Amino acid sequence: MAAVAFSAVRKSYGNNPVIHGVDMQIADGEFIVIVGPSGCGKSTLLRMVAGLEAISAGTIAIGERVVNNLEPKDRDIAMVFQNYALYPHMSVFENMAYGLKIRGFSKSDIEARVKRAADILQLDPYLARRPRELSGGQRQRVAMGRAIVRQPAVFLFDEPLSNLDAKLRVQMRIEIKRLHRELGVTSIYVTHDQIEAMTLADRLVVMNGGRAEQIGPPKEVYERPATTFVATFIGSPAMNLIPARVQAPDLFELAGGLSVRLPAPRGAAAGTDLTFGIRPEHVALADDGAPLTVELAEELGADTIVYGRLDGGQELVVRVPGYLELNIGDRVGIQIDTSKVHLFDKASGQRL
Amino acid sequence: MSGSGRLSSLLIHGVLILGIAVIAFPILIALIASSHDQITLVGKFPFYFGEHFIENYRTVLGEGMKRAGGGAVGPMLMNSFVMAIVIAVGKIVISILSAFAIVYFRFPFRMGFFWMIFITLMLPVEVRILPTYQVIANLELLNSYTGLTLPLIASATATFLFRQFFLTVPEELTEASRIDGAGPMRFFWDVLLPLSRTNIAALFVIVFIYGWNQYLWPLLVTQEESMYTVVMGIQRMVTVADAQAEWNLVMATTILALLPPVLVVVLMQRWFVKGLVETEK
Repeated sequence: MAAVAFSAVRKSYGNNPVIHGVDMQIADGEFIVIVGPSGCGKSTLLRMVAGLEAISAGTIAIGERVVNNLEPKDRDIAMVFQNYALYPHMSVFENMAYGLKIRGFSKSDIEARVKRAADILQLDPYLARRPRELSGGQRQRVAMGRAIVRQPAVFLFDEPLSNLDAKLRVQMRIEIKRLHRELGVTSIYVTHDQIEAMTLADRLVVMNGGRAEQIGPPKEVYERPATTFVATFIGSPAMNLIPARVQAPDLFELAGGLSVRLPAPRGAAAGTDLTFGIRPEHVALADDGAPLTVELAEELGADTIVYGRLDGGQELVVRVPGYLELNIGDRVGIQIDTSKVHLFDKASGQRL
Repeated sequence: MSGSGRLSSLLIHGVLILGIAVIAFPILIALIASSHDQITLVGKFPFYFGEHFIENYRTVLGEGMKRAGGGAVGPMLMNSFVMAIVIAVGKIVISILSAFAIVYFRFPFRMGFFWMIFITLMLPVEVRILPTYQVIANLELLNSYTGLTLPLIASATATFLFRQFFLTVPEELTEASRIDGAGPMRFFWDVLLPLSRTNIAALFVIVFIYGWNQYLWPLLVTQEESMYTVVMGIQRMVTVADAQAEWNLVMATTILALLPPVLVVVLMQRWFVKGLVETEK
């Protein structure tokens, strides 16, 4: 087990920079989830920790050692791949034992370790089988077993659940969480799935365009998104972002004519344009509220997502309890919970 | 449905039976011819097996056609077998290693080398046969197994085949083995080679037959009877001067020459078919 430290880590392919300087300290035993849209550099960052991609500038340290120039096998890490990357011609046992065999562990040692990993992952009945005789979930467990037997300082997960169906994904998510609690190994987990990100992470790293836009506990990222990108990326459906203008120190006018009484942020004089953010779950229905025309209602069961339009033409997404019957064309009144409003700089997208 | 099904099934079987007959008939003729004595075969052809079967085969295997100046077939078969095996194994070893180098290593002019190998695909043995002969002659390798096999071992086709296969092996597998601590040769031996075994089997069958059927090259590089291969042996038996060719013995030799490739195909069939149709992953 070890801490991991990134300092000013950069990566470029030729003249094409893809990671623009990431600084981050990961504590020993922490579960870090790196989340972001595809192409944001999250997998590249993980692969730089693994040693599968060279580090263009900056350093990555695992424990006390800077690992920039170490081979993957010398970094004391283990990695779980999206497509499992099991050796198709080896049995489950051999797959898990291969890394130990190369490292020259004794036969009895290998057997004990594989046995223990198989116990943890309930793979005992399958040890003699080939990967192709296993289901997707079992294969992924073997891939994790291969990581566990090595007892590495850091686990790296590269979208490990993306190839599984929805039900299995939930099950494996819980299993990974349990595994982390039992083993307490520092873990870095890359995903584009925000539910995985929110549920697994001790701390979340939201990446966009090669930068870490925000690093923090999931709840904090959700409640205080640092940028408009984070605000829209975390949370489903995404936060409503509405262009707004400060009218008076305690009055905003939103695009579409809606006025909201709310103290303006410091330094925002009357006439300042900014971006006003409110999550769909923080807009309530109220008979005397601003009128909203329902354009689409998605009934998810527990709640219903209403896609509507304010009278001024501004679109707004609202999450309402599932028992309400709403039809296209209905007009409802809405009320914004002013204590849950997020304000962002219009140009930079930074939180105000 | 069942009516047209029966009709098409009939048609399919008809075509298949016809195909088998076309292939099997010459072999049947060879078998029948190899069971008679020479006199019976002059000017006419018997429809059924004769009584000289074992005698004929014993003759060709043991002493050969003395009158026609042909040696015993036994040593020829041996030569052919050695040549085919060395070519097959050599081709596979060389081409799998060069494909491994081209796919998995970054070295200067990598693509240049690949294209050089690839371009030689366009040059069949016959085109470069004279310069090759010159080289082998200067190296004093005429009448040796080395001379017989070495020029035929390099193979662009096999290299290309393995390259294409290696390209389909998921990159994560390479990365996983790197993380597991396997060096390049360890990865080659533990992962790549086992994954390639059906390809190797298919290639072995094809290349073995290719080596076995070599005619022009052995004809050029061997002048000593002890180095003759069976395919050129047959040709020498047929073209005898001032005498009737001993067709019964020629046919017996042909049947003998047919057996090893058939054996290889039958023994490797399971793997061979797998290698052609299945991409195991």
